[in-house]
Amino acid sequence: MSDLIKLSLADIQKGLKAKKFSASEVTSAYLNEIDAANPKLNAYVSIENEQALSMAKASDEKLAKGEGGALEGVPLGIKDLFATKGAHTQAGSHILDGFKPEYESFITNNLWQDGAVMLGKLNMDEFAMGSSNETSYYGAVINPHRASGSNKDLVPGGSSGGSAAAVSAFLCAGATATDTGGSIRQPAAFTGTVGIKPTYGRCSRWGVVAFASSLDQAGPITRTVEDSALMLASMAGFDRLDSTSVDLAVPDFAAAIERGVKGLRIGVPKEYRMDGMPDEIEKLWQQGLAWLKDEGAIIKDISLPHTKYALPAYYIVAPAEASSNLARYDGVKYGLRVNGDSIDEMYENTRAAGFGAEVQRRVLIGTYVLSAGYYDAYYVKAQKVRTLIKRDFETVFNDGIDAILTPATPSAAFGVNDQEMKADPVKMYLNDIFTVTVNMAGLPAIAVPAGKDNAGLPLGLQLIGKPFDEETLFAAGRVIERSAGLDFTPKKWW
Amino acid sequence: MSLVDTRTPDPKKFIKGATGDWEMVIGLEIHAQITSESKLFSGSSTKFGNAPNSNVSFVDAAMPGMLPTINQECVRQAVRTGLGLKAKINNRSIFDRKNYFYPDLPQGYQISQFKDPIVGEGIVYLDMGKDGEVEIGIERLHLEQDAGKSIHDQHPNMSFIDLNRSGVALMEIVSKPDIRSSEEARTYIAKIRTILRYLGTCDGNMEQGSLRADINVSVRAPGGEFGTRCEIKNVNSMRFAVAAIEYEARRQIDILEDGGKIDQETRLFDSKSGKTRSMRSKEEAHDYRYFPDPDLLPLEFDDEFVAALAKDLPELPDEKHDRFVNEYSITSYDASVLISSRSNADFFENVAKGRDGKLSANWVINEFFGRLAKEELDVSNSPISAKQLGGIIDLISSSDISGKIAKDLFEIVWGEGGDPADIVEKRSMKQVSDTGAIEKMIDDIISANPEQVEKVKLKPQLIGWFVGQVMKASQGKANPQAVNKILKEKLGL
Repeated sequence: MSDLIKLSLADIQKGLKAKKFSASEVTSAYLNEIDAANPKLNAYVSIENEQALSMAKASDEKLAKGEGGALEGVPLGIKDLFATKGAHTQAGSHILDGFKPEYESFITNNLWQDGAVMLGKLNMDEFAMGSSNETSYYGAVINPHRASGSNKDLVPGGSSGGSAAAVSAFLCAGATATDTGGSIRQPAAFTGTVGIKPTYGRCSRWGVVAFASSLDQAGPITRTVEDSALMLASMAGFDRLDSTSVDLAVPDFAAAIERGVKGLRIGVPKEYRMDGMPDEIEKLWQQGLAWLKDEGAIIKDISLPHTKYALPAYYIVAPAEASSNLARYDGVKYGLRVNGDSIDEMYENTRAAGFGAEVQRRVLIGTYVLSAGYYDAYYVKAQKVRTLIKRDFETVFNDGIDAILTPATPSAAFGVNDQEMKADPVKMYLNDIFTVTVNMAGLPAIAVPAGKDNAGLPLGLQLIGKPFDEETLFAAGRVIERSAGLDFTPKKWW
Repeated sequence: MSLVDTRTPDPKKFIKGATGDWEMVIGLEIHAQITSESKLFSGSSTKFGNAPNSNVSFVDAAMPGMLPTINQECVRQAVRTGLGLKAKINNRSIFDRKNYFYPDLPQGYQISQFKDPIVGEGIVYLDMGKDGEVEIGIERLHLEQDAGKSIHDQHPNMSFIDLNRSGVALMEIVSKPDIRSSEEARTYIAKIRTILRYLGTCDGNMEQGSLRADINVSVRAPGGEFGTRCEIKNVNSMRFAVAAIEYEARRQIDILEDGGKIDQETRLFDSKSGKTRSMRSKEEAHDYRYFPDPDLLPLEFDDEFVAALAKDLPELPDEKHDRFVNEYSITSYDASVLISSRSNADFFENVAKGRDGKLSANWVINEFFGRLAKEELDVSNSPISAKQLGGIIDLISSSDISGKIAKDLFEIVWGEGGDPADIVEKRSMKQVSDTGAIEKMIDDIISANPEQVEKVKLKPQLIGWFVGQVMKASQGKANPQAVNKILKEKLGL
């Protein structure tokens, strides 16, 4: 039955409808695979066996009656950042020890309404702060991919490292993820999976533990572009409880995937050609442009002049919001409490013990940039930069560009416990160089696996779209996926 | 905010010091709880007095992933209040986070409005009686969340937290530093409270904490530069406000006259000792790290939204006052008393409609309000209705009863109820206006008292003795005007 876990979302559904297998069988197959793989990959922080089997059973009952939603019986993994009622929800942090919410996030609720089955909660960088999934209180996630001939552990990227690794290693049919500066797209690129960060406002943030509210956006990580479209269609939608949610109908994304790129104008931003960028990345980028051109797209050189300010501005805005968003983890109401002789001491003890080094670093940065006397120089200026970045994109889209093609990451996956990045956090932050601008501008972008480096490690390309035009991204992403025609199944070593 | 002095120094308000006169400068921040069913950003009830932590949603408790959603009713209430304060309504305002750690602040920040409040500058007029009208500038009004409550007396070394109030909508109404005495401050709070109650935007219950004030006090040489201010936090009664201001001004004067200087600080008023004490200095002041709340979009509405609210605004105290003076020909002072609350004003209008305004005002203010106050009642639970009081006044106007009898009648109606005209009829309380009957009584009295008749001719003011005799003979029912008239004729005065 191990073939069941290799099916795409669409094929699982077809098989279920044709009664070739049951939802319980698919779910069990995944649970068995998780049991075997998780001790090595550490993708799940919590495996919800009982809940998964009972949800699958409920799906089977519906399917037997010819009923069922768009994702009926499809087993999914859920990033630990999403509130799931009665289940582990700790944002990969020690400070939320034992926290099980009494509520379900808007997005997961949508998925369950559509019949999806929850396998468990996926590992992640603590509070989604990281690019390697090494800041998790639950330990690093290991990338299922290894360089050919090497047995060195690689990172799956972050912060949705658990989601990417689980999808790549067939530990779920698809996974929810979130992206604040690249946390869906970078891990997708590192694991040969498809990750889309939709337009800000497309998916409700209600019930998703906040990192940086103006940048956070949820999306799926899947093995194919089609699966991505199917999953996003279920996750997305207007939510009146999220003031930043946008009241727009959710298009039939799946209907757009085979639309092709004929006549589309694809922009190539010159500012994304970085000094010291590996040849393989440059070659991949050119290859991607060639594929799109072959299918009738028009390639245009464009300029996004404020790109170079995006990363520094991001590392002001995101920590600023995070420092405030994480103030609620104070030991008073839920999660970890480390007592002290006074309330201030209790706060200090709890937060010192509960937050890891990277979270503490960002809380400190955020507190600093919002402080009296520094606010204008940092936060206000960063917001101005943000406006300029947005304007860069508006200008090119107004000039007729339909989508922009860039590399997803400046390199393939790197090693676990990389000493250089450990010594210099900015080196780690540079992983997001191609992705943060998109969050700053609130735009949708998809990372699609497009090639492999010399060591056989997956590499991804990123397509950036107009606001609420995820359909074009699915169409163009599908062209890249089809043109690449590669198998990104990791060679099993675990 | 740049400080502008709008007032001319008034020697009557100066405080005598050892080195000369001093003048107080006062500005108030009034926190008024908005009257609404649910909280500013959640659906929880705002009901007062529920069991601790029973009005708490996931949002109020700041559970992970919870988001605020603006309550439109609170927005309407704030705009209505702004209109009542004759203030500029800002069609676009922004919610900011005010960050600080405290156990009864579950989010670790209060959602407030910092740079762009929903309401801008406005004006409030104070009727200071003999001193005339005083104009107090409103700097702004903004929306913000209330915090929860810390309870420190339930456990030897722990505090308890009640989040029922956490997230309840407040309006912070900030005055300009235009107030120059504790009496003006008291009148200002009372006026704001009256306006809020007229509008129905805040119940104004200071005992329950629905209305409380932070009072900024400084002193200076009359008309001089503004001094350094101290802020007295969370004063929850008008009496305490007066006491706190008086104490604080005197404290500052004593320091300055001893050659010291005032430290800008936050102070607390202790109602038991009547003193203020330091809470935290400027150096210890929180850096609130205000920034726009990314969970909320800017609050925007159009002119039509404001116009619709303006259209449905009730008549406000100032307008009602002026109308009462014009329509009922009553004094400005009486009008001020009558408009002190909407229900009082409505009662008066129900009495005065179609009747003599002055007479109605006298009766409503002196007899009716006086009696209510004595019995600690108010209009809503008064034993006497406007219709009944109007009936009594009708009987006075038609000369069926005298003012004195009317007071007896008022007592009867107050105690026993009933229709005043019926009571007068049944108990034969009507005054005697029948001149024949009065003449007969007068003739009897004149003939029985020849000495008095001689005296009154020399000293006409002795007529009062004859009036008294007639009233006695008639058991108070003779019409005093008729008695006077006939007496004068018969006595040849």
